[in-house]
Order: sequence, then structure tokens, then C-alpha cells
Amino acid sequence: MNQHFTASVELADKVDSRSAGLGDVVRLTELKRRFGETAALDGVSLTVRKGEILGLIGRSGAGKSTLIRCLNGLERPDSGQVFIEGREISRLGERELQPLRRRIGMIFQHFNLLSAKTVEGNVALPLKIEGRPRAERRARAAELLQLVGLSDKAKAYPSSLSGGQKQRVGIARALAARPALLLSDEATSALDPETTRSILALLRDINRQLGLTILLITHEMEVIRSIADRVAVIDAGRIVEQGPVWSVFANPRSEVSRSLLGAIRPELPAEIQSRLAPAAGEETILRIDVAGEAARGPLLSDLAAAVPGPFRLMHGGIDHIQQQPVGTLFLSVPGADANHLAQVIAFLKARQARVEVLGHVAGFV
Amino acid sequence: MSPVLFELLLRSIWETILMTAASGLISLVFGLPLGLALVATDRGGIAQSLWVNRVLGAVINGFRSVPFIILLVALIPLTRLIVGTSIGTWAAIVPLSIAATPYYARIAEVSLREVDHGLIEAARAMGGNRWTIIREVLVPEALPGIVAGFTVTLVTLIGASAMAGAIGAGGLGDLAIRYGYQRFETSVMVAVVIVLIILVCGIQWAGDRLVARLDHRA
Repeated sequence: MNQHFTASVELADKVDSRSAGLGDVVRLTELKRRFGETAALDGVSLTVRKGEILGLIGRSGAGKSTLIRCLNGLERPDSGQVFIEGREISRLGERELQPLRRRIGMIFQHFNLLSAKTVEGNVALPLKIEGRPRAERRARAAELLQLVGLSDKAKAYPSSLSGGQKQRVGIARALAARPALLLSDEATSALDPETTRSILALLRDINRQLGLTILLITHEMEVIRSIADRVAVIDAGRIVEQGPVWSVFANPRSEVSRSLLGAIRPELPAEIQSRLAPAAGEETILRIDVAGEAARGPLLSDLAAAVPGPFRLMHGGIDHIQQQPVGTLFLSVPGADANHLAQVIAFLKARQARVEVLGHVAGFV
Repeated sequence: MSPVLFELLLRSIWETILMTAASGLISLVFGLPLGLALVATDRGGIAQSLWVNRVLGAVINGFRSVPFIILLVALIPLTRLIVGTSIGTWAAIVPLSIAATPYYARIAEVSLREVDHGLIEAARAMGGNRWTIIREVLVPEALPGIVAGFTVTLVTLIGASAMAGAIGAGGLGDLAIRYGYQRFETSVMVAVVIVLIILVCGIQWAGDRLVARLDHRA
């Protein structure tokens, strides 16, 4: 009887770890959660692989926070499953969740540091909760404060720190219990751009040095661009798109991705935009999206050599995301010669570029 | 003021301090957990139980709505049961504590409720249980308010202890009524008022100092 029981438990473990996939820290299947009439999560399936930084982006109210809170059991899904390191947690009771939560660090938009504790006390709190002895807690806190560059602030209270310093303390605290996963809930949204960059660089370092898996949620593409390996786009409680960051940036398939990307990708200057007309005019404005190999080569000089006739670069640039060139160029092709225009487009398409005719402008400067 | 009256004044001061300190301590010991219970059992609290919350709230409101002078008399049987007598300083401590406990519970509740919910969530995310949340988050974060509220309670108790003279509790209020008012000993009345002012100011000053030291909020 006893043996049979052990065997079945082992079997269940095996099934769990296999279904979660080796190396997956998080796996969500068909997660649903409603608040009254609105579906915050409407069938979300998502995997976070070991060692990666996955960025989850969406507009406010898209279900990001609900999703991240399901991962450590702060929120319970109505249906669907949450696997953390192969273990299904969505049906666990509060008491069973507590040790599990210690495997997951979390950082918050508003830092959530305890004002009554010193920086050291805040960082050591997860260890205190685990019941570690004081000497160990202090040693670990000192180690972590060094990691985040705040060794001199150990005895200070959070109210005397700047926003960036507070978030560094938050990160140190989240790492204290050596978690397998770090959740970042809009961790840089309350910080200025420069501080945001330094916090993101710190997260990237931690990811590389410690091999820590990070799931970060944000509404800013810039955050995804600078540190994520993969991105998942959430809209109205559904994952509408996911993939390597550079590929989603180069070729966004969903309307939400395009609109979220709008802020950091080159756009046609408003002044030209306003003069665009659908009817053929003197100049045709093209939008050209290139990525990977297409963006690496001397595209424009090749175009000039292959298709005689003038064209003008209006706006654009090549960005490097995850060592992959991704770019958007706006060209203006003058003249009413439809054949010339067709040749230009054909050449660009042959080079794996995506070409879109935005419109025509008459009487250009 | 005659030496006899002066001695009486000293004894009254001691009685007032004794009543205030003893009933203050008791109200702290029982009122703080009650305040915690009110916050914890409320909607969205760490141990939500609306039924318990409503009963607790009703009992506290019940005690708080009875005028102290009536409570003083109504509780005489209970006082006799606990202290063995219904007369004297120790006897007054029973009704004083019973009046101050729900009062302090409400004050503590307000401070505890002001603790940012994000901090409780952070503690939960770290794997903390309810006890951790109370010990590491709720009480330490609300401590400045808890101490300030205790100061207010002590000052209120000084006033209330004067009324306890009605059951022969002694104390400064009793002295002021019997000697200062009924026997026209103006000097006694003036002395009592001065002593009370000093007591109240002293307690408030000490409380404020302590709050300033404890408060690390921005």
C-alpha cells in the first residue's frame, strides 16, 4: 500500500515535470480570471524558460497585473493551470503557497519598502520569514547591497533614499531568498528615464550573472527593447503575439504591438503625414521595414546601383535589438513614372524588406 | 495650603497616576489586539471574516456609547468580582480600563488601516503568513500612530479618572471636588488644576518625542 502510494507520487511528479517541459520555470495553460463582467484573463497560455528575460507588455487594464499575481498565488485563476518549476500551484492553499512564494522574488512599481525598517532590515526580511539566523541574514544582506551598489546605505531608512535607490533595495530584497524566478511589476514606471536605464542594466546583469529567470511586465516598449529576450503582448486578457524581441519589433503582427511600438519606432514626421494624399502626385512616400540580413547589407547603395533614378531618404534609421539590426526607412521616390516606382519596390522586396506605399505628396520642397 | 492638605495633594497625584497608568496599560494590552482584529477581519483584510467583524464592531460601539459615569455604576458588580471591593483606587481601574479599551481599539484601528496595502502584499509575496504580516508589517508601520493614539488615550484617562471620584476612587478630581469646590479651598483647586496641566503636558510631550523617534515615514 505504502509502496504503491510512493510509486504513484513519483509518477505524478514525472508527468508534471514532463508536461511543464524541461527548463520551463513557468507554464500557464488557458488561464482565465473574471472580475465581475470583465475578463481580466481570457485564456492565457504562456511559458517562461529558464534563464530568459520575458517581457510582458500591454496597455493598462490588459490583464498584466492579474497575470503576474497568478504566478505567486496572490490571485487565483477561475480556471486554467499555473505550473511553477513543474508544480501546479493554482489550487494550493495559502499555507502550501507560502514556502513556494519564497522561490519567487517580486519587485513593485512603488517599491513597497517597509518604512520602519532600515535598508538592511528590508533586504533581510525574506530570510527572516524563512527563519534564518540573524548572522546569516546580515551577511546575505551585505552581499546583496554590494551587488546593487548600496553598501553604504545599510543603516539608512528608505525615506532617505531616491526612487532609483529604493528600487535597488527592492531588487536586493527580492533576491535575498535566492529565488528561481523574479517578477517585476512595472518596476521602472515610477522612475525617470536615466534611473530606469540603470535599473534595467542592473536587472540584465543579475540575469546574466546569476542566471536568474525574469518575467517583467511593463507598458513601455523601451523597457522590453533594452533588456528582454522574448516579448509577449497581452491585450484584453489574451496573448496576441509573442516571440523574440527583435522579430516582434521588426514585424509586429497585432494592432496593439504596432501601437505600443509607435512610441519608439521611427514614424513619418507629422508635417509630411498631414500632406499625404491617396492620389498619385509628384512624389511617392514609401515605408520600408527591414530586419536581420536585409538590414545588415548596403541596402540603399545597392538600390541606387540597381535602379537608376533618384530617391530621397526622408526619415528613419537602423536600431540594434539583441544584436539584430531592425530598421524603418521612409523613402520618397519622385516622378510620375509608375514603372520606376514598381522597380524600386520590386528591388526592395527581393531584399526581404517590407514595403508599404503610404501615399503621395505633390509639390515637395 | 496646610501641610495636611499638601500631603493629601501628593496622595491624590499618586492615585491619579496609578489609575491612569494601570488602566492605560490594560487598554493597550487588550485594545491593540482588538484594533488588529477589526482591521484583519474587515473586507480585504488578512483574515477576512465579516461576521466576526460586525460582532466586534457592535460590542465596541456598545461600550463606547455608554456614558462613563453610568458605566462606573453599572460595572460595580463586576468590579466587586475582580477586585473584591467596589470602592477605592483599584476598584476604579476596572471601569476605567473597560471604557478605555474599546476607545483605544478604535484609535489603533485607524492607524493600522492606514498601512499601505502594497506593503502587506509585498510581505505575502515573500511567503509571509498572517503572523509575519502583523509582526513585521502592520504593527511596525503603524507604530507612530499607535503610540500617538496611546498618548491621547492616557490624557483622556486622566480626565476620566477624575469622575471615578464618584465611587471613592480618590485622585486629583476627587480632591478638587471635595476640598476645592465643596469647602471653598481655592488654593487646592488651583494646585489641582496646575498639577493636571503639568501631567497632561508631560504625557503629550513624551508621546510626541517618542512618535518623532519612531516615525521613519517620509
